[in-house]
Amino acid sequence: MTEAKLIVGAAPSGTTLGATPGALAWRRFRANRPAVWSLWLLAGLVLMALLGPWARGLDSNQTTALQFASPSASHWFGTDVHGRDLFTRLCIGARLSLLVGFVGAIVSLFIGVCWGSVAGYIGGQLDDWMMRFVDILYSLPGIVFVIVLITSLEQLAAGWLQQLAPALAPSVRLVFLFLGLGAVSWLTMARIVRGQVLSLRTRAFVSASLCLGAGHSRILIRHILPNITGIVIVYLTLTVPSVVLYESFLSYLGLGIRPPQASLGTLIAEGASQINPIHTYWWLLAFPAVFLGLALLALSLIGDGLRDALDPRAG
Amino acid sequence: MSIARRILLLAPLLWLIATAAFFLVRVAPGGPFDSDRAAASPAAEAALRAKYRLDQPLWRQYVGFLADAVRGDLGLSLKYRHHSVTDIIRQALPVSLVLGMLSFGVALGIGIPLGVYTAVHRGEPGDWAGSLLALVFVCVPAFVLGPLFVLVFGVYWRWFPVALWASPWHAVLPMATLGLFFAGRVARLMREGMTLTLQSEFILTARAKGLTDYQLLTRHALRHAIMPVISYCGPMLADLLTGSFVVESLFQIPGLGVFLVNSALGRDHTMVVGLVLLYAALLMGLNLAVDVLYRVLDPRVSHD
Amino acid sequence: MNPFADALGNFPRAFCFGGPMFCRWLYLTAMFALISMSAPGCTRRTPADLTIINGPEPETLDPHVLSGIAEQRIAPALFEGLMRRNPTNALPMPGLAERHELTPDGRRYTFHLRPNIKWSTGEPITAEDVVFSWSRLIAPTTAARYATLLTCVTGADKLLRGEHTDFGHLGVRAINSRTVEVSLTQPTPYFLDLCALPALAILPRQTIERLGDQWIRAKPLPCSGPYSLEDWRLNDRIRLRRNSRYWDAPAVRSSVIDLLPSESSSATLNLYETGGADIVWDRNLFPPELAPELRPPRYHTFSYLGTYFVRINTTRAPFNDARVRRAFALGIDRERIVQRITRGGETAATSFTPPGCGTYTPPRSAMFNLAEARQLLAEAGFEGGRNLRPLEYLVNSGGGGGGRLHEQIAIELQAQLREHLGVSLEIRPVETKIYYSEQSRLNYDLCRSSWLGDFNDPVTFLDIFRASNGNNRTGWNEPEYDRLLDDANRQADIGRRLGTLQQAEQLLVGTAAPIIPLYFYTGFCAFDQSRIEGIYTAQNLMDLHPLWAISKKP
Repeated sequence: MTEAKLIVGAAPSGTTLGATPGALAWRRFRANRPAVWSLWLLAGLVLMALLGPWARGLDSNQTTALQFASPSASHWFGTDVHGRDLFTRLCIGARLSLLVGFVGAIVSLFIGVCWGSVAGYIGGQLDDWMMRFVDILYSLPGIVFVIVLITSLEQLAAGWLQQLAPALAPSVRLVFLFLGLGAVSWLTMARIVRGQVLSLRTRAFVSASLCLGAGHSRILIRHILPNITGIVIVYLTLTVPSVVLYESFLSYLGLGIRPPQASLGTLIAEGASQINPIHTYWWLLAFPAVFLGLALLALSLIGDGLRDALDPRAG
Repeated sequence: MSIARRILLLAPLLWLIATAAFFLVRVAPGGPFDSDRAAASPAAEAALRAKYRLDQPLWRQYVGFLADAVRGDLGLSLKYRHHSVTDIIRQALPVSLVLGMLSFGVALGIGIPLGVYTAVHRGEPGDWAGSLLALVFVCVPAFVLGPLFVLVFGVYWRWFPVALWASPWHAVLPMATLGLFFAGRVARLMREGMTLTLQSEFILTARAKGLTDYQLLTRHALRHAIMPVISYCGPMLADLLTGSFVVESLFQIPGLGVFLVNSALGRDHTMVVGLVLLYAALLMGLNLAVDVLYRVLDPRVSHD
Repeated sequence: MNPFADALGNFPRAFCFGGPMFCRWLYLTAMFALISMSAPGCTRRTPADLTIINGPEPETLDPHVLSGIAEQRIAPALFEGLMRRNPTNALPMPGLAERHELTPDGRRYTFHLRPNIKWSTGEPITAEDVVFSWSRLIAPTTAARYATLLTCVTGADKLLRGEHTDFGHLGVRAINSRTVEVSLTQPTPYFLDLCALPALAILPRQTIERLGDQWIRAKPLPCSGPYSLEDWRLNDRIRLRRNSRYWDAPAVRSSVIDLLPSESSSATLNLYETGGADIVWDRNLFPPELAPELRPPRYHTFSYLGTYFVRINTTRAPFNDARVRRAFALGIDRERIVQRITRGGETAATSFTPPGCGTYTPPRSAMFNLAEARQLLAEAGFEGGRNLRPLEYLVNSGGGGGGRLHEQIAIELQAQLREHLGVSLEIRPVETKIYYSEQSRLNYDLCRSSWLGDFNDPVTFLDIFRASNGNNRTGWNEPEYDRLLDDANRQADIGRRLGTLQQAEQLLVGTAAPIIPLYFYTGFCAFDQSRIEGIYTAQNLMDLHPLWAISKKP
């Protein structure tokens, strides 16, 4: 019994003939029930964030006389101090948080892949220096730098944006969050990509392409990068929740999204400040916190599922 | 990179970081002495700026700062004007370190057993429950967990003090709040490491030699499976130290985190530079220590 | 599935409750905890007689340098002035000076120090110390923000501006070791109030001459007040111990007082509700959402000498037109703000000076009048908000209790102005330091502001809008207003003085309107009436409660 299982476990499940690696991975992913459920859950949350305000027909910034109304049929998640509908605000805030999460992750992807693939492909002295740089950054207090950067450069950047792209100027904080959070979370990505590229570089198909006269940049872009897509996607999924968490952390400190804009972080911060022994407007904390928790949970489980599906070592 | 070379790199790196921080804080709009009450007269304003060298050109301020910093003098805080930066660090660093180490203990003390348990029970209901618990720890931010802990264990049941830093009891809720997040991550890493280890051949060999399960786990598997956790210890300690401000402000703990955020917001130039420098030195030191530990525990790591 | 699940079925037992691994982990974790606990920073202290949550951490305790409210609540316990505050109404009563005389023209005070008053370290307190302390307050090198208070003393103004450097010109003289004579440039009816302020406290000359700026960290620190400083750990606590050499030591009720800093209202309320603190007295620590439920006997609200208002940048169009400014002032329904947002029983402001400033009755010139507001706006050429660009409302956000309230008021104002005048307001939330710098550089259209009275006279409010005052920050420059204030200052007759001040305020709030008063503050205090005595809130407009009078009931 044990023996039989072991054999199955030891051999990668690529034994099924006639299927592409992508299809196999997808099959493995679909077999992972938590991951599939999480995918549905995440889709539901994103749909709610996108369509919720439209479906409810309420304006997230419209103040009404109905202050601190508890959840009811007309206000599903209750209202806040200005009588604004919490459901709508939650949807708007979730959009922003997820946007920050995805864009931050993509920024980290871009920097990480460029850095890692160049270091891994060229190798030698340059690789040594580039990776040493990553090591050094790894040992620095990233979040401390983000705080100092945001407080120092925000006004300056706002001034520049005013001239370059006036439309973006009010959202300078957002741009900062994209860049800052992307910039602190690219290091792992760079390390992974470099490792993969390093091992791919010595493979026969690369030498073959070189013999056929392909340029280095062509090899890197056409042959090597497609081969690391899987692992990159996995880490991308795992970066999104950490960036969302960072964003809410900064917003909690008052360094993130500014009112009257909302993000999950600002909503939770506002709700958390309501926890006290005298009178608690529980819905102000409960709904945003549960939303954030569910979104992070779903993203992490999807990431786990993807990794299991794409990682050849996984059984 | 060899350990010796990394130690040699420390000094120039710290200089670079200090320089970057020095100029960054001075780029920020708003000065340390802007307040709701104007200076009594232009002469008084000028005197104040002169007192803190703010009237000098930037390069002279920088040279002065470097000369002082080399001698270990980080200057007076511009916000808490009668305390020097080193003074404040001396008061607050031990608190942050204790809180960080306690939470580190919580993270490992809960994370490792949970990870091992879920790995050994892989696929069973115990694994499900344990893994979900670990994931919940990771997905609930400290600023939600903390107030809830306070409300339940502090206000309703009155088991632990709700705030301040005065006795071991006071540390329970903060260290749980700060540590559980990392316990979740440690558990996930541990589970992965243990799963891989249990599938590897040397465990089968060891078993074939007739070791008991307990011996197998403690002598062989654990030692091997814990490596991902050890390499995570460096970044974890960094996050514990720099991520403590939420917990510090929730529980009124006089640690460094609160000073960092307040000084960045309050344009307390000297304090920001001092704290950035301190954090950088601390984290680089910690990472170095973790690397040394890694090499000791796992001889396979090359000594290039 | 795990191939080992069956083969190694007894593995997990080691981890069960009581299993060997479990015990080892428990042991390790406990040892770890114990070792960490014995580290510094976690030391036990003897409990204090009284624990007070005092608001933000004091930036300094040097009475000349301090400017925050939290500092002003502590400093008088350490350093007393010629006068001290009456616990019941915060009005001045004799402190280090047992009596004083005033010449009939109201321009020369003679103070007589008490015999045998001593610093907590044992040296005598002399008239020389008074002259030294006040000279230090005025000296530009001290950079005291409250130095302007003393400009009523002859020679002080020029010294403060650096036009003179000879302190022999200052109108403060030591006649002998126990007598001080002060000459004033004009009759100053509130001069005794000033003498009770921390800025005019008497400081230890020898220590300051020896240690310079860092004198406040001297150990032991010579104190002239009812308490001495035992311990000061930033963000942790300030511990005060009774000064046995204080002239009125028998009246000092509690012997050890802990003052805890806090900017988090939830931590504060949790501490107070679980008995971790006896008194909370920083108004920002009480979240407005809870205000309606904070009731006696454990929570107390009272009127307070402070105004929340909006500054208008009069140098920028469209606010260089007084009609637009007045339209905005008339178009805001202040009742809605105090009922929906602040909720602590604040009163809608009809003037800049709050009621209760001595015998002064402020003119009611800021009212909600929609018809007139719309008409004024139309006259200025902006009927229904047409042709009007979006206006920027500068607000400091974040940073604890106050920041959230400012944001909420901003959102309410935005909604009201859109509704009432068709004006669109853009909220510009910035960090506190940027906020102050933008405010003084006049880089805003409208700006959230507040002012708290330093003493019980309308001048403490009205003076800030003189053209030359650094706190003006609106660009409003009206010679007529300055002239009225100067006139009032020269008046020896109290009634005529107050009348002139009323005219000035009418000009400020009713006619020119460089500011829009929104509401008068309410003071908050949390203490259990049945357990604590010595705090009087009913007539205490300044919300200043001398520590020496407060104690737990036996």
